[in-house]
Amino acid sequence: MGSRTAGVIAQNIGMTQIFLESGEVIPVSVLQVGDCRVVQVKSKDGPDGYNAVQIGLDSRKKFKKTTKPLRGHLRRSGVDAVDFLREFRVDDVAAYDVGQKLDVGLFEAGDSVRITGTSKGRGFAGVVRRHGFSGGPKTHGSHFGRIPGSMGASATPSRVFKGRKLPGRKGGEQVTLSRAKIVKVVKERNTILVKGAVPGGVGGRYLLVSRVGDAERGKDQ
Amino acid sequence: MQRTDFVEQEYLREDIPQISIGDTLRVYVKVKEGDKERLQPFEGLLIGRRGAGVRETITVRRVTHGVGVERIFPINSPNIGRIEIKRRGDVRRAKLYYIRKLRGKAARVKEKRRVQVAAKAN
Repeated sequence: MGSRTAGVIAQNIGMTQIFLESGEVIPVSVLQVGDCRVVQVKSKDGPDGYNAVQIGLDSRKKFKKTTKPLRGHLRRSGVDAVDFLREFRVDDVAAYDVGQKLDVGLFEAGDSVRITGTSKGRGFAGVVRRHGFSGGPKTHGSHFGRIPGSMGASATPSRVFKGRKLPGRKGGEQVTLSRAKIVKVVKERNTILVKGAVPGGVGGRYLLVSRVGDAERGKDQ
Repeated sequence: MQRTDFVEQEYLREDIPQISIGDTLRVYVKVKEGDKERLQPFEGLLIGRRGAGVRETITVRRVTHGVGVERIFPINSPNIGRIEIKRRGDVRRAKLYYIRKLRGKAARVKEKRRVQVAAKAN
């Protein structure tokens, strides 16, 4: 135990709140776990050289659009779980078989999970919104509003340093919550309730959810 | 989009009476004092409801010692002991915020006629 295990692919279907016995309100995200199948098991001794399991979602619809190379890959596993193929690095590959189904049974209320998803795209955002600059005064003759400020200076250095925080695309990138709490597992619905918000909006984007191993729990990543 | 109703279902309270805006309610709130628990009533006029499902809250207003007090209760909370309807009000608005500016006689709400006795029980 305490090792890295495979997780599931889920979708955020909305947020709500639930009450504890004490009357405390807990905000929760409702995550619908998909039809997850193990497509491939990679082992350290095999050709891949590392331990991992590949998980996909079973999807008839996507299968029709599958390319031939991918079909070949799927044929080898005999699983048509073609949508959203992702890998989880695991320590004990022996515990997984190709074709195996993964569901909410992996989780229990109180578990810490790691959730990886894509944040909502915010488009081209200025420096105040994108990087949290404080901006300048709005009045009293100030023209410093929301602009990024000085850069490059004069003769020295006479250039803009790389990595300077400037306006640009914000959001739509991978975000990982390293320690989200599972509040509840609804077995019949293959659904888990996680405390607080998760990356991305409702529906659409898939999230990877895996247990935070005991070994990792103590230390910060 | 799939709904999250099934999650809320289990937390909805079925013992809450049918209440409507303008009613005078007595809300019993569970109060913890040390290790003892008791019910503290708060009586006033229901001036607003907001939210749906488990997230629904009500705003109850009363005037004590000339000071207006409004409390917002999540009606599905286990901290609500029970809700009694003291009087049915006849109003035409969903939010009675105008009542905040009124004092004395003007701040009254007409009692609703035509209310069946059955609906009055809690």
